[in-house]
Amino acid sequence: MEKGMKMKDFVSRSVTMIAFFVIIIIFSLLSDRFFTLDNIFNVLRQVSTNGIIALGIMLVIIAGGIDLSVGSVSAFAGTLCCGLIEGGMHFGLAVLIALACSMVFGYLNGILVAKVHMPPFIVTLASMQIIRGLGYLYSHGAPIRAINDSFNLLGNGYIGVVPVPALIFTGVAVVIYLILHRSKIGMWIYAVGGNKSCAIYSGIPGKWIEIFVFMVSAVCAALSGIILAARMYSGQPTSGQGAEMDAIAAAVLGGTSFSGGAGTVGGTILGVLIIGVMNNGLNILNVDSYYQQVLKGMIILLAIYADMMKKK
Amino acid sequence: MPGNPLLKMEGITKSFSGVTVLNHVNFEIRQGEIHALLGENGAGKSTLIKILAGIYHADAGRIFVNGKEVRISSVNDAKSLGIRVIHQEISLVPGLSVSDNILLGAEEKGFFLNRKERREKAKRMMEDIGFAMDVEALVGSLSIAQQQMVEIVRALAFDNARLIVMDEPTASISEKDSEKLFSTILRLKEKGISIIYISHRMEEIARIADRLTVLRDGSYVGTEDVSRVSMQQIVKMMVGRQVEELYHYRVGEIGGPVLEMRDVSSKYVRHVDFELRKGEVHGLYGLIGAGRTELVKIIFGLDPYEGEIRLHGREVKISSARNAMDHGIALVPEDRKKEGLFLNNTIYFNSVITILKSFMKGFRIHKKQARETMEQYRQRLNIKYAHAGQLAGTLSGGNQQKVVLSKWLSAKPDILILDEPTRGIDIGAKSEIYDLIFRLLEENVSIILISSELPEIMNLCTRVTVMREGVITGTVDREDFSQERIFRYAI
Repeated sequence: MEKGMKMKDFVSRSVTMIAFFVIIIIFSLLSDRFFTLDNIFNVLRQVSTNGIIALGIMLVIIAGGIDLSVGSVSAFAGTLCCGLIEGGMHFGLAVLIALACSMVFGYLNGILVAKVHMPPFIVTLASMQIIRGLGYLYSHGAPIRAINDSFNLLGNGYIGVVPVPALIFTGVAVVIYLILHRSKIGMWIYAVGGNKSCAIYSGIPGKWIEIFVFMVSAVCAALSGIILAARMYSGQPTSGQGAEMDAIAAAVLGGTSFSGGAGTVGGTILGVLIIGVMNNGLNILNVDSYYQQVLKGMIILLAIYADMMKKK
Repeated sequence: MPGNPLLKMEGITKSFSGVTVLNHVNFEIRQGEIHALLGENGAGKSTLIKILAGIYHADAGRIFVNGKEVRISSVNDAKSLGIRVIHQEISLVPGLSVSDNILLGAEEKGFFLNRKERREKAKRMMEDIGFAMDVEALVGSLSIAQQQMVEIVRALAFDNARLIVMDEPTASISEKDSEKLFSTILRLKEKGISIIYISHRMEEIARIADRLTVLRDGSYVGTEDVSRVSMQQIVKMMVGRQVEELYHYRVGEIGGPVLEMRDVSSKYVRHVDFELRKGEVHGLYGLIGAGRTELVKIIFGLDPYEGEIRLHGREVKISSARNAMDHGIALVPEDRKKEGLFLNNTIYFNSVITILKSFMKGFRIHKKQARETMEQYRQRLNIKYAHAGQLAGTLSGGNQQKVVLSKWLSAKPDILILDEPTRGIDIGAKSEIYDLIFRLLEENVSIILISSELPEIMNLCTRVTVMREGVITGTVDREDFSQERIFRYAI
């Protein structure tokens, strides 16, 4: 009886994890091309751009906000970076400038939410348009090519057998993990998202925290956009459309609470992997992409339902 | 014995968008003193406390600590002066553990947290007070009473605490935990820590406070030694008039049963047999979590149940709140802010929402009729508001409760369920609500009254049913009422 309860408890707590392994097993049985070292690294490379955005947006959601501007920021950063490189700038400096620019966007989002008290959904809905427009203005609406071996490594390179984007994703995950789960800033993020007035009554710099998470989210989005541009040898102002939705889906799949105050790095990574494996597996099986989209939506609903059951 | 003045507030004035909330208020507390702060809701107690805590800033006035003038312009200023506040509304972070909540805002200097040390520190503080709780549990999974205990421990989390403000700390904890709290308060007093104690429960104040200060309508009324004033005098200071007697028990003829429950069970209550007779006030008593609210939720169709429910002798199945309303049942819920009112809507909206159907003419609302009904109840319940377009959230607690009552009374129920109708409201409004209960009896309404205050139960009810852990443990008739007897069933 006791043991049965424990087992049940374990199952309900790890339901997302179990679903992940079930998906892997099913695909492995259906195709012998799925569970190979090559394909595993392939998936890791594919998920890293969405993963980096998802980790950033997760912080915003835990703090009780939402950031719709990440797709636009990623396109803008990629385009700007390529433009600067084509203009003859060293690629490292170009990357830093693109990141810094995005940080300013994040800061402005944060200021409007924290200091002007505008709802984050509206603020970032507007900045999504503005930043997308700025990207078009900068590039005159056309992709900017950037052929630079060192720069393109960021998207296509390998260290040993591991793709560089996967390494960057891992690095970002470690940094965000340290911030969220090991530092006091992380606890303050949970506090602001879980109960804002309590956070303020406790003397926590709540406004500063809100600004901080928007800045991290924007920087993550920019990093992801730069990796994408490097992989495609060009900065495309149209890229990253709908990226915010994929990132939100991954965070929510991983158990991030939309009402704020709950979510973990591990969970979000799991969410990213589930979406990535689904995409990859269905492609290998040649499933029509229209079906894929329907299936993805249904999986998100199922995951949230399972999560709610677990909380009961 | 209480010593020198620790804190002195002089001429504190504060107004919000033109409305003066505090008008030259004085307050003084000595070292090691327990000082009760009293006043009706809206008298300005919470505002005064928030100024002390650095959340609001006074427009005028001076604050002295140990004779030295200080400026409190932020929460951290107040903290570094050793001022700690337990706020009335529970203000914890549900997604963090007990230990993280206790130490929230007391993080060490560096970037990283030392989790082990924090856990042990929190555990030590829990044990010091004598509360038993798992410090690693998430606060969101705790009961309200446990959360209140976390809140109390939290206020003591700082070694330099010199003054602790407790705003209605016992509002939602059991008598047993209240006892623990009182002994903690007395221990703190011995250590020389001063305590400002806000409560609507006169018994508590008589028991633990040394002095009391009364505010009325944002003005300072006076400060007295608790041992030298009677309860009557305190009430007079608070309301500015003599409230001769709070309760006027008058019950007419008790008729036959209007509601009978036989062997009713739900997820939270088990095998309940309950009867409500016509014209009676039937009390439901028990500690927090005893299942009283869950029982009335069944009656109001909010929780699914098994078993038999009869109304006026006929068996019915109550399947939804709408269904319960059609049967003439009304519920004034426990948490008026969450379940009773649309705080962001107008008083007009709140007043007519339950009876909208009766004002409909095709697709149009008969506005004149609706306003007349609203006006009628405003007068009857003596609700104070500037105009009906005012948002419900801007009213004081007592007036909010009256709006909730008017909303349900206008539906003209046969059975009215009141769940903690006087929690957190002032004595004046309380006495009006008591009076209303008896007036309703005259109009053939039968009432179920849930209350955690024994005096209220004993003075208002014709009989009381006591619950514990989802089960009815006993029923006591008015002739046999005694505190001990009722309480024995509850524990």
